[in-house]
Amino acid sequence: MARMATTRRVAISTAAAWLFGFLIFFPILWMVLASFKTELEAFAIPPSFLFFHWTTENYATVQERSDYFHHAMNSVIIAGGSTLIALLIAIPAAWSMAFSPTKRTKDILLWMLSTKMMPPVGVLVPIYLIYKSFGLLDSRIGLVFILCLGNLPIVIWMLFTYFKEIPRDILEAARMDGATIGRELVYVLTPMAIPGLASTLLLNLILAWNEAFWTLNLSTSNAAPLTTFIASYSSPEGLFWAKLSAASTLAIAPILVLGWFSQKQLVRGLTFGAVK
Amino acid sequence: MGQITLQGVQKSFGPVHIIKGADLDIADGSFVVFVGPSGCGKTTLLRLIAGLEDVSGGKILIDGKNVVDTPPAKRGLSMVFQSYALYPHMSVRGNIGFGLKMAGLPKEEINRKVEAAAATLNLTPYLDRKPRELSGGQRQRVAIGRAIVREPKAFLFDEPLSNLDAALRVQMRIEVTRLQKQLGTTAIYVTHDQVEAMTMADKIVVLNGGKIEQYGSPLELYERPANLFVAGFIGSPKMNFVTGELAKQQGAATIGVRPEHLKIERDGAGGWQGTIAVAEHLGSDTFLYVDAGSLGMLTARYIGELSLHAGDRVSLVPDPARIHRFDDGGKALRS
Repeated sequence: MARMATTRRVAISTAAAWLFGFLIFFPILWMVLASFKTELEAFAIPPSFLFFHWTTENYATVQERSDYFHHAMNSVIIAGGSTLIALLIAIPAAWSMAFSPTKRTKDILLWMLSTKMMPPVGVLVPIYLIYKSFGLLDSRIGLVFILCLGNLPIVIWMLFTYFKEIPRDILEAARMDGATIGRELVYVLTPMAIPGLASTLLLNLILAWNEAFWTLNLSTSNAAPLTTFIASYSSPEGLFWAKLSAASTLAIAPILVLGWFSQKQLVRGLTFGAVK
Repeated sequence: MGQITLQGVQKSFGPVHIIKGADLDIADGSFVVFVGPSGCGKTTLLRLIAGLEDVSGGKILIDGKNVVDTPPAKRGLSMVFQSYALYPHMSVRGNIGFGLKMAGLPKEEINRKVEAAAATLNLTPYLDRKPRELSGGQRQRVAIGRAIVREPKAFLFDEPLSNLDAALRVQMRIEVTRLQKQLGTTAIYVTHDQVEAMTMADKIVVLNGGKIEQYGSPLELYERPANLFVAGFIGSPKMNFVTGELAKQQGAATIGVRPEHLKIERDGAGGWQGTIAVAEHLGSDTFLYVDAGSLGMLTARYIGELSLHAGDRVSLVPDPARIHRFDDGGKALRS
């Protein structure tokens, strides 16, 4: 009797979880489906779910009208570049704060986080003017720079918490064993911090890939990443739902694939230290 | 060689003085235990010797050479941590051999030494396992292996057995002592457990509030404690202290008698009278906690079984030769 009740409860909660997962996934599914419809079918009411005339013409049009690979390459450079530079700055910063904290370490951490509390639009005008005078508008380097600075506080915070989880005793043991700081880093700390480093890298990559405020405002064509590419299918040319969906699908596909293959690493990193 | 000398070693963290001037001479090959209540500075003192903390004043000499400015690795000491501090991503072999690898030894030599250390510690079957696949006792043995393989001048042990269960602790205690005697390497061992201190040490350093209260062999500390603190800290159960008129008669501010030096008499008229509050029968020993009125609670120990129970009246007669006398400041008075 009790067993039956448990089985039923498991069945109900499994069904609920699937339903909830489907609800969250639905907009993405809808977008992908819409990208294979004709413009007319895309906003037909009642909407057709699967039984419509499947077509790939939207993808062809999108590629014809704007160079997907140009934007995708920009996205790769901007997201990858800003992530790598952020990590290079954040690793030593988080390292020193985690392993030789001073009285002000907490304040510095909070100050860094506080910069994320301000809406970016608040500094848009000054940044735009600065970029204009330095000739950084619509340049990849300019976007790498701004996205790197924007995500740096989060990267430092994440790495700081991962490094904090590494027991001091182990580093001291390495020091007693004769490891110099460099060798301690290579042989002991880095291997222990790899899950944390990997998830920070992935999360930052995703954040930078999807960042739309600065990329839309500071780039037009040369440096424009995929976010700008999507945006170009909205208002100015009227609402082309099917083409917009095709562009969006193309834009999120690379990061979705990356996220799919690294989900184990991501989950492990994000819950690192939660359970001992 | 592994002779360690401390000369006026001090350590403060900001305004807080943790170590208030420690002088100590540790002979080569001896097993010295630092013992004291929590917060007495014993671990800090060990970390100062290791070089993991910098001294605020004084000198630390290893084989006559002042090492206060020498980094930990160059001091030729190895340390066993309370938490084992094994490298989780390395196998047992990697853990034990890490120090040798850092020293730049050739691979074959590292392997030979690691295997010899593993054989000494019965770790040979586990050499290729990761620390998480080992039990607590095995992990501790790996940590010890990592310490011995480098053939250091001295071993530093920071409460290495406190994470083990009671039975394993006794077994490891014997193993560590045997190993140290076999290798003949100087060892400094920190513990808060005075039984560990008494059983393992050649010499004990009793620390309290950042000061060395007494330094001597276990029996010296037991028989001739320098002051009230040492008298109360060493020995289990604790020494009984009596103040007031009785102490004055002996020409002291406080007198102390160990539980095992009180003769228990059932209907005696002499000695210190009282009622048994609790009687503990261990078979090998009987412990009586006696409410002796104005003298307070007294503890008496009888070797073997004594059929007395709570509520029985007894009289406790101290062995006159074994009464310890202390002055107002708590210092021992010697006649």
